[in-house]
Amino acid sequence: MIGIVVVSHSRALAHAAVGLAEGVFGSGHPPQIAVAAGLDDNTLGTDAAAVSEAIQQVDSGDGVLVFVDLGSAVLSAEMALEFLEPDVAQRVKITGAPIIEGLVIAVVAASTGADLEKVEAEARRALEAKGKHLAD
Amino acid sequence: MTLDLNSAGAWLADYAAQIHENADLLTDLDRQIGDADHGSNMDRGMKAVAALDTADFDDAAAYLKKAGMTLVSTVGGASGPLYGTFFLRFAGAIGEGDTAGVGAALRAGLDGVKQRGKAETGDKTMIDALAPAVDAFEAAGDSLDTALTAAAEAAAKGRDEATPLVARKGRASYLGARSADHQDPGATSMTLLIESAARTLVGR
Repeated sequence: MIGIVVVSHSRALAHAAVGLAEGVFGSGHPPQIAVAAGLDDNTLGTDAAAVSEAIQQVDSGDGVLVFVDLGSAVLSAEMALEFLEPDVAQRVKITGAPIIEGLVIAVVAASTGADLEKVEAEARRALEAKGKHLAD
Repeated sequence: MTLDLNSAGAWLADYAAQIHENADLLTDLDRQIGDADHGSNMDRGMKAVAALDTADFDDAAAYLKKAGMTLVSTVGGASGPLYGTFFLRFAGAIGEGDTAGVGAALRAGLDGVKQRGKAETGDKTMIDALAPAVDAFEAAGDSLDTALTAAAEAAAKGRDEATPLVARKGRASYLGARSADHQDPGATSMTLLIESAARTLVGR
């Protein structure tokens, strides 16, 4: 099963997003999820070294999907790939999917054993259902 | 003179002091076109760098690499991976720390920042100070003193020339045309870094 990492400026936001995704997960085995967010509980920021550690923590060999909020989260996640062994880095995907909706869908998709590409594609389409509902 | 472990320590100690002294200015500049944290973020990071003891390192490259990793983990904002990448690449290219080594290190640092931020000259970022500084350093010839002096002057000029520009990268780019005629915080902190190198290393 793929692993998931949530990179955010806010530790509270990242943990809450994971809590929401796990809370609406239902039954079965959810994937491993790690958070790399905030410099500490109260200081906003991202840390490439912490992202790299989080990726290694949830990497089972099947790949890791990394969600990022904005700004330095993207740069830190990209820098984290340079800290990893190349064989690990090549099975990591940083996604532009929205954190909340994407994470909820990714947790479900990953639990079915879907591969990294499939989970990432579903996460990127995560806003479609809401947009369609509101447009109707 | 060469950029050895002691002079690298003096450079970054001076830069930490400059950042601390200018933290309010940097944050004010960032308040106008960004998220008002550049001064406090850089001050937190450079305080952690200043707390490193050069005696714990074998050479300037090892010390500067650790400085880069320290910034990565303590700055928090985009300046963390950007300055972190600058110092990691700088450290990897410094060679003997002579004029050719420092020139190669500056060029590698610039290339790293461009790659990390996917930005170019004219985007109104720290690159607008760093790129002309590297060009001026390389054009100045064999003396490290002359090259650093030229680089510091070019950095300040580049910083000022970026002020009328419209930001195309980072938080300031959300403002579009309203980002024009504001001094860029990243170009300002980068100029302080190059000026600090000239002040502490020239004549050493």
